[in-house]
Parts: sequence; structure tokens; C-alpha cells
Amino acid sequence: MKSAVILFPGSNRDRDMIKALEQISGQSVATVWHTETELPEADLYVLPGGFSYGDYLRSGAIAARSHIMPALKTAADQGRHVLGVCNGFQMLTEAGLLPGALMRNASLHFVCKEVMLETTSTNSAFTSHMEKGKVWRCPVAHHDGNYFTDAETLKELEGEGRVAFRYADGTNPNGSLNDIAGITSAKGNVLGMMPHPENLIEDLHGGLEGRALFESVMQNLAA
Amino acid sequence: MKARVTVTLKNGVLDPQGKAIEGSLGSLGFEGVEGIRQGKVFDLELADRTDAQAKADIEAMCEQLLANTVIENYSIELL
Repeated sequence: MKSAVILFPGSNRDRDMIKALEQISGQSVATVWHTETELPEADLYVLPGGFSYGDYLRSGAIAARSHIMPALKTAADQGRHVLGVCNGFQMLTEAGLLPGALMRNASLHFVCKEVMLETTSTNSAFTSHMEKGKVWRCPVAHHDGNYFTDAETLKELEGEGRVAFRYADGTNPNGSLNDIAGITSAKGNVLGMMPHPENLIEDLHGGLEGRALFESVMQNLAA
Repeated sequence: MKARVTVTLKNGVLDPQGKAIEGSLGSLGFEGVEGIRQGKVFDLELADRTDAQAKADIEAMCEQLLANTVIENYSIELL
């Protein structure tokens, strides 16, 4: 699996993501600065976590209007895999690649802790080789992770099995509607999620549960 | 020419920051504050153009960047 990570001023989880992708895919990972207008050839494009542009205006809002984004939209339209984690999820909603918005946590606090996630749908390339219903531990670190969308869109997401991950066991850290932690696009090739699976991929992290998501994409590419 | 854009949360969108501000006003002793919704104000300075053109331009700015229309409404005022 060839992958590329897009970098913005204020990204800070890019190195974790690159390390995780390198370890899992066994291939070097391309990086793309946000001022570029073309993407390198890759199977998976990743928008990493962090605080792009200091979260000015709204989290992810300015990054979502950067020069590289039209190329990312084209890649998504062509069915390439696009993953946005944390700030990357905020960018995907701001860019219109995923519906809804991520608002200030209901508690108003920045949360940095582990939550329990349930894999609630295996309808996408990211989850098709994951175990449906499995509850796993995953770290979160964000201030704006409170997923909101209108009732009609929510119904659509639920009805189409596009809620990939939900906070489980009462661990919703931010007040997200329906405990939503991650959603996919209609075609299933774009995933946005607040938790950080890239931080659960080696023994030193205390668990390997995050690997399944990346391995699922690899298995789909191999199939 | 100058213009002001006011961005507010749509009805039905929870505003925990507004709630916290409301609580703080209560603790300062202000009574009868029955609700606060936090919003944003943008003051724009534009090169001269007709009012109609200014409104159209600012509306495009709001739609594309200044407001997230999933959760926010905006209003435009030419000053």
C-alpha cells in the first residue's frame, strides 16, 4: 500500500501517522505540503491530527480551503482511500468530503484520554476486515470532537451503515450525536474519525488494536 | 467601503459556550438572563464597488469560508 500524508502548518500528529503507515505497509510514506496542487500516486491519502492554522476561524476550516484540497477531492471522487484523523476529520467535514460538523466538546474541556470504541459498521474499505461489534480501546485528544449534523443526514448515515465507529461503554468524551466517533462517505472510500488508531500499532503503545483499520485497507487493495 | 458579517449558530444547535457564559453572568449576580448564544462578527473593508456587488461578494465569502452553513447562519450589513 502506497500512502501519502498531507502536511499543514500546525499539524502535529503527522509523524505518528507516517511511522504507523511505514510499519504497517513496509513502504516509505510520501509527504505533501499543503501548497502543492498535485498529489503523488498513492492508494491512501491521510489528513493527520493537530491544530492546522491554530484552529483559527473553525477547526480545520482554513486547511480545508488550501491549495491541495481540490486534488484530494478529485482523488476521493476517483475512489482513492482518504483518511482524516482528528483535525483531519474536521478538515474533511469543512471541505464537504464528509457531512456534518465537529463542534466544541460539550464539556468545553480539551480531552486527552482513552475511550472505548465499537466498530459499528464494516461497510467501508477501512472496516471491511474489522470485526463488527468489537469494542476496543483507543486514545482521543481533542477540543472540537462533538459531531453534529441535521436529523435528515443523521438518519441517512445510520440507515446506510456509515457510522463506522461509536464511543462505547459510556465513554463518549465530547457529546457527539449518537455517540458518533467516525463516519464514512457514501462510497465508503473516505473515513473521518476523532480517535487516533495510529497510536495503537506497536507493543510500546500498550496495544495493537489500531492496526486492523490500516490492514483492512491493505487487504482490500490486495483483493 | 465597510461591511459587517454576523455569524450565529442555527436554532437547535447546542451552544455549550453560550451556556457557560450564561452561568457566569448568573454567578456575577445578573438576574433574568434567559439565554445566550455565542456568535462571531467580521468587520470587512472592501475596495469600492456597488452595494449589490458588495452583497453578492460577501455572500460568496460567507458561503465559502466565513460561515459553516451546516451549523451557522450569517447576516450581512453594509456600513
